[in-house]
Amino acid sequence: MRKAFIKTLIEIARSDPRVMLMTADLGFMVLEDFQRAYPERFFNVGVAEANMIGLATGLASCGYLPFTYSIATFATLRPYEQIRNGPVLHHLPVRIVGTGGGFEYGHAGPTHAALEDLAITRIQPGLTVIAPADHLQAATAIRATYDLPGPIYYRIGKNEDYTVPGLEGRFSLGRLNLVREGKDVLILSIGSITAEAFAAVESLSADAIAATMGVVSSIRPAPFDDLCELLPKFRLAVTVEEHYTEGGLGSLVAEVAAGCGSGCRVLRLGARTLCTPKLGSMSYMRDASGLSRDRIAASVREALQDIG
Amino acid sequence: MKEPITPHAIRKLILEQSHRARVGHIGSALSIADIIAVLFGEALHLPGIQDPQRDRFVLSKGHAALALYAALHLKGIINRAHIQSHCTDGTLLGVHAEHQVPGIEFSTGSLGHGLAYGAGIALAARMSGAPFRAFVLLSDAECNEGSVWESIMFAAHHKLSNLIAIVDNNGQQAFGKTKDILDLSPIGDKWRAFGWDLREVDGHSLPELRRAFKEIDTKSGKPHVIVANTVSGKGVSFMEGKVEWHYLPLTDELYASAMKEIESAK
Repeated sequence: MRKAFIKTLIEIARSDPRVMLMTADLGFMVLEDFQRAYPERFFNVGVAEANMIGLATGLASCGYLPFTYSIATFATLRPYEQIRNGPVLHHLPVRIVGTGGGFEYGHAGPTHAALEDLAITRIQPGLTVIAPADHLQAATAIRATYDLPGPIYYRIGKNEDYTVPGLEGRFSLGRLNLVREGKDVLILSIGSITAEAFAAVESLSADAIAATMGVVSSIRPAPFDDLCELLPKFRLAVTVEEHYTEGGLGSLVAEVAAGCGSGCRVLRLGARTLCTPKLGSMSYMRDASGLSRDRIAASVREALQDIG
Repeated sequence: MKEPITPHAIRKLILEQSHRARVGHIGSALSIADIIAVLFGEALHLPGIQDPQRDRFVLSKGHAALALYAALHLKGIINRAHIQSHCTDGTLLGVHAEHQVPGIEFSTGSLGHGLAYGAGIALAARMSGAPFRAFVLLSDAECNEGSVWESIMFAAHHKLSNLIAIVDNNGQQAFGKTKDILDLSPIGDKWRAFGWDLREVDGHSLPELRRAFKEIDTKSGKPHVIVANTVSGKGVSFMEGKVEWHYLPLTDELYASAMKEIESAK
């Protein structure tokens, strides 16, 4: 998705001179094409995320559309107060790009695992939060939103080539996208982990469990109407996210399920703790958090049995 | 209503409004009265508060907002009723500077945010070939914040000579003297070592402040810092250099005494 992001940004920058790119010294072998194409609109600010957001806020107040780039943890957590008191409070078009949500940095360990970025961003008023599921959707989402008036957080995954079958690059702000329809269970996923969730849906289908699967990439504005329509049709909704089970997609769906009186049970799958002493590859870490395709499918089967 | 923007008029408004509203931060506001008077009286190019070519002023030490409200009032940007609403329910004029107030560029109150924003403005001006400048007024203790030094490094590296920082060097912070809490002296040398063009002035001397702002060369290849040596509570002898006047509101008796002193010093 990072390649799709930079390719799309280069295309947008060609026709929109307001677009700029800033990085806090990350994105080696990703951002260079932009730097070559628009050297006067590219700034490596050094390892200084707080300053980067402040600079972007000042630039945005003068009419620029600055994209700030770093690994998702550093892009959001380190300068969180700058984001809150800057582009959020002043409603300015700063675009915060965080790469590699969840366990995508694998062995890099807990400092690089963004497991709360969606929670802390989606509670900020007027901050649009988008986590595309694949590179086609990332390109569509960036094109569709890059010049919205307020600030945006994009969580951009590291998977480059995978595409979610049936998604076909669709994206609409405040909507979810259905990629599979079935009557037994509703599965909702966000971001790169959609690859695992979709594989789980296929394996359930082999066991004659028919799932409806929705990809939520616009978590704020949230797809309230779509969720309110879908949730009452199911006894069980399962959320899949590479994020703590608190505060992200699972929390959103639970809020809506309760709020619209759906009667639907919500099972939230996601990271439960960061305090594991063991490190591993992305696949290992996902599996350890119950987010591999097999473990997602097993959790769904078990939950369906529980509710009878 | 437009009135001459004098330190005297600013100090009177600070005392009057803080007394009426029974709020503190009086010492911090009095500390910058002379700096604010020179900025809004002459140094800033302010053809209009929405004019794209205006100089941008950021009060990074947002807790001294009353001094800024006073200047905006004297300049005719906010009216009497507006300033009288300071710290009443439903007002836009709170304890800290808030961008919803006409003439205030950036909401502050949390320290360490203003310089990065100002550097972004300066960069925008340079990229678009515009002549406007960014002025950021910080407190000395605000330089405890690491984020300030991130911005200091960036501005020097990118030679933002249209960025002007003013440090209100009153030597005092919330718990006491800065030299006892986290000693930054010699603060000007630190900025200079980071690549800034340094001027040190008496922050209560109008001629020195005027000269410092006049000397700013936006083609110098370096960002500019004016270290203004000040006294917190300046102009009211019982407040000068006293940490408690970071917090205390004025009683009627002390208000009368402070106003008398300000009037007699006119």
